[in-house]
Amino acid sequence: MIPSKFDYVAVDSAEAAIAALTEHGDEAKLMAGGHSLIPLMKFRLANPTVVVDIGKVQDLSYINDGGDHIAIGALTRHMAVETSDLLKAEVPLLAHCASQVGDPSVRHRGTIGGSLAHSDAASDLPAALLALNGSVVAKGPSGERVIAADDLFAGFLENSLADDEMITEVRVPKMAGAGWSYQKFNRRAQDWAIVGVAAVLNGSAGVGLVNMSSMPMRASAVEEALAGGASHADAAQKAADGGTPPEDLNGDAEYRTHLAKVLVERALTEAASRKS
Amino acid sequence: MQIQMNVNGADRSADIEARTLLVHFLREDLGLTGTNVGCDTSSCGACTVHVNGESVKSCTMLAVSANGETVTTIEGLASGGEMHPMQTSFMENHGLQCGYCTPGMVMASVSLLKENPNPSEAEVREGLEGNLCRCTGYHNIVKAVLAAAG
Repeated sequence: MIPSKFDYVAVDSAEAAIAALTEHGDEAKLMAGGHSLIPLMKFRLANPTVVVDIGKVQDLSYINDGGDHIAIGALTRHMAVETSDLLKAEVPLLAHCASQVGDPSVRHRGTIGGSLAHSDAASDLPAALLALNGSVVAKGPSGERVIAADDLFAGFLENSLADDEMITEVRVPKMAGAGWSYQKFNRRAQDWAIVGVAAVLNGSAGVGLVNMSSMPMRASAVEEALAGGASHADAAQKAADGGTPPEDLNGDAEYRTHLAKVLVERALTEAASRKS
Repeated sequence: MQIQMNVNGADRSADIEARTLLVHFLREDLGLTGTNVGCDTSSCGACTVHVNGESVKSCTMLAVSANGETVTTIEGLASGGEMHPMQTSFMENHGLQCGYCTPGMVMASVSLLKENPNPSEAEVREGLEGNLCRCTGYHNIVKAVLAAAG
């Protein structure tokens, strides 16, 4: 399958990318590693008339210590996140989740900013960003703004960025010593999660769900139950509250609801065992 | 549009449509048909090549995105008439049946050992999770990679 025709613009800076977005409006799409966008274009689910290739914007590939958080350039590849000693020490959940994306060849190309902007309910990193209470920096013609994870995902494959904005940085709070777990349930090694659960126990609990709604979803009912003193087992019963699980060949809504409860309990148990 | 890249040690340039996938550029424009198209959706790994030394699924990369980069395909692994040690190991361990996945398997395996020179059997299996063999010949493929690691 070959995508429909489009005009191609390669840029070497965020400023040039934003200028291209400003010029072409919603006709244009940014492409980082292309591992979400190219499949969508092959299937004709996306038909941008202009593709702005930001894959070679070198200065947006970094992992830096930001004091109370780690700052990750939007174009940092999954493989770099997975193997970062700084992230393994300070935000192990994120390094682990990155290692669960696709397979090594996919992780050589896919980027953290691209994956989050894609806002796919079935992908791993949005759930981690929700559980970690992370944020992204969005840059547009009039400057930068910080968007909290809860405000980033806006619908099925939709984010809350304006047409002329791009994610330049991802920020995740340091969590050394906190408990964490990522439970990814699938039937074959490289598959998408049928359901996934990212959990952080760090004073309060953060729980993000994969594939339990049309967009990445926070398990608010579980977090509230835990804050109210519920046991892990009791809180896990609320895993699917507020969700609208998709139905496909891998499972119907009832099955996904069951899985979410089981996986939230497993995630909380593992997270508690890791907490120091 | 005009692109230029180093493929298997030689500078190649061409005027292509922006939507041309890297795998089609390699096969159809350069005649390097060792790289196969399998699933066409970045699942099976038959189209694995190296871009700047790292394994990449060439069905999910635009050729224009490889402009200015260094690409190695299965045809570029051997040097001076000598097979790459990974190719020799696949041959000696019979790491193939029908052979369709083999170019991608070999390219992914070379990339794997570059990142992890002494993998365990489990690490080889995980490292090759993005490469499918529909003959299910995984046993000897894993054996070949472990033998190549020495």
